[in-house]
Amino acid sequence: MDPFVSSAHQPLFAAEHVRGSDGAHARAERTAGRLAENIVHFARALRAAGIPVGPGAVMDALAAVEAAGVGTREDFYWTLHAVLVKRHEHSLIFDQAFRIFFRRRGLLDKLLAAMLPQAPAREEEKAPPGAQRIQEALLSSLREAERKPRELEADARLTVSDREVLQKKDFAQMTAAEIAAAKDAIKRLVLSLDEVKTRRLAPHRHGHLVDIRRTLRASLKAGGAVIDLKYLGPRSKSPPIVALLDISGSMSQYTRLFLHFLHAVTDARKRVHTFLFGTRLTNVTRALKAKDPDEALAAVGANVADWSGGTRIATSLHAFNKLWARRVLTEGAIVLLITDGLERDPDDRLAFEIDRLHRSCRRLIWLNPLLRFSGFEAKAKGIRTMVPHVDELRPIHNLDSMAQLVRALSPTGGRSGDPKAWLDKVA
Amino acid sequence: MTPTPRSLPDSIDATLDLLAAADYLADRSLATVLFLALKMGRPLFLEGEAGVGKTEIAKVLSTTLGRHLIRLQCYEGLDVSTAVYEWNYAAQMIAIRVAEAEGAHDRERLEHDVFSERFLIKRPLLQALEPDPAGAPVLLIDELDRADEAFEAFLLEVLADFQVTIPELGTVKALRPPIVVITSNRTREIHDALKRRCLYHWVGYPIAERELKIVRAKVPDIGKTLSGQVVHFVQSLRKQDLFKAPGVAETLDWAAALAELDVVALDPSTVSDTLGVLLKYQDDIARIEGGKAKELIDEVRAELRAAE
Repeated sequence: MDPFVSSAHQPLFAAEHVRGSDGAHARAERTAGRLAENIVHFARALRAAGIPVGPGAVMDALAAVEAAGVGTREDFYWTLHAVLVKRHEHSLIFDQAFRIFFRRRGLLDKLLAAMLPQAPAREEEKAPPGAQRIQEALLSSLREAERKPRELEADARLTVSDREVLQKKDFAQMTAAEIAAAKDAIKRLVLSLDEVKTRRLAPHRHGHLVDIRRTLRASLKAGGAVIDLKYLGPRSKSPPIVALLDISGSMSQYTRLFLHFLHAVTDARKRVHTFLFGTRLTNVTRALKAKDPDEALAAVGANVADWSGGTRIATSLHAFNKLWARRVLTEGAIVLLITDGLERDPDDRLAFEIDRLHRSCRRLIWLNPLLRFSGFEAKAKGIRTMVPHVDELRPIHNLDSMAQLVRALSPTGGRSGDPKAWLDKVA
Repeated sequence: MTPTPRSLPDSIDATLDLLAAADYLADRSLATVLFLALKMGRPLFLEGEAGVGKTEIAKVLSTTLGRHLIRLQCYEGLDVSTAVYEWNYAAQMIAIRVAEAEGAHDRERLEHDVFSERFLIKRPLLQALEPDPAGAPVLLIDELDRADEAFEAFLLEVLADFQVTIPELGTVKALRPPIVVITSNRTREIHDALKRRCLYHWVGYPIAERELKIVRAKVPDIGKTLSGQVVHFVQSLRKQDLFKAPGVAETLDWAAALAELDVVALDPSTVSDTLGVLLKYQDDIARIEGGKAKELIDEVRAELRAAE
């Protein structure tokens, strides 16, 4: 993409050309002042579009423009790019913002006005992705202001026996009040996570390595007379969790509560990545980071286009394997694959993709709400294809099964839910 | 080898020339960010797919500017004792025993002696802060995404002030900050706090024209026809749905391999035989081998004929 087509020469760059007489000098200073002002405004526009640009970066930008002694529009572009863009995905937004902003100032205000909710929607015009994001950024702040204060929730306290019933009740059969109660219960699930040993060492009472540094210091304290060995052992750390949640029609009664569950998990620890898939894959990790679950879910809803549609498990897994697996499946990640496995068109690709997924993570847990039926048999082709490639197959249809999952993820939980048991049942 | 120091480039064009002098053909965006990094004394953070020449930049900088190259290869569990400094424990032990044998009992004095620079083993980060007659060295922190987050946090401190604190010895501060190049393959996201201190650049695959120049510069004994075909084949390969697309490094390896085999022009069987140089995943190889390779070659030939 070339951002420099139709580059009308800007007064912005005039500072380079006026030098010599005193009058010209004053003019140059004025122009430099305007350039600084322009950059500050531009930084603000970027911030509105979602690129984090702090005041420090603005100072850097001014210094950089000065250092580079900008002559051409291209150099000016890359100079600002070097300082203001810190992530590859921000490049596109920067490009869009740069074009729009430096074509004419004041455009941002116009853009805001044009984006008011009553404006006719023209989304089918296939705007470049960056532009869309800038517009969305501007829109979302509007929407936020519009949002009404939340209504008071009904008192959802339950008696003990009610709670017992609730624990066992299938999510699909819950009333609205019960769902509210279930959400509360989910919030209370405490996730203590499995741990993996890292290669980093920490002082350890019964470690396997001698910590010579500490040993030496301790012995020096005693004048070098006694050598009391100190040890190092591996430090452990809880692995990241990656959740892949099916939001197709057949799962629709469960998705909302699963999202609540995932939100609760995201809340408890930072390294959780959540992806939704129906016919395509969407990363909603960022949306789920909002503190308030309803707000988070609303943000998720705004991000996803394929609610309650069909399922293309193979396509979605392919997208995940290709674009995300190498970035999020690090340090012994646990993958939670939440789907009923009813693939629309099962073929060889499904086996291939699930196998690749299995090989790139430490533990692949398939959570299937269909397992609630006691007579569940892995008959559907999609399910039969996937079962051999997962480490664990667990039901997830009521609060009890969620609690079991949480236990299974804890360090002492051990592993159950051997997937082969389900295959044997059929055979 | 004692490199002869050269002054830093004073414009973007000079930076381009500097890189070109070592056969590194960069595009203008990269030259701009590199020039700014040198001029503003900020670390340069390069991200991109494997094999697009991120590490090479640091090497080229060190040879063309005549600076020493200090390389820190990152891995999980990298810690201060391998990245910054370590005490030479064995020598310290001996020193203590000798002092004892001589009957010295001044504990303060002993501690002072044992934790002196004589017993310090300097690792890359500390070396980079040392004064160097050839000028501030080039510090290459390679594949930072492989190190864990704890190391990143530590690096933050070093890169902010170019100083390291050794509890027993005091603070070591660089007189002239080193030229820092950090690379990442983006197997995970590096924390924003670290990126904020750097100038960021995404190194992409070069366009066909530039890649052709790179191949001809780096593999001089390759024929004109073959180099054109190789580059166009690789370029169209990158458009395929592959798990790992070949980088420039692979293009160069492949070009060198074909030149070594005295190939004059691409044909399907040669491509299938040497595909392992370009593609490193069995599924990718299986997908391209045979029919697909032939199809791509035909496309490349047609494209080149049309260009003539």
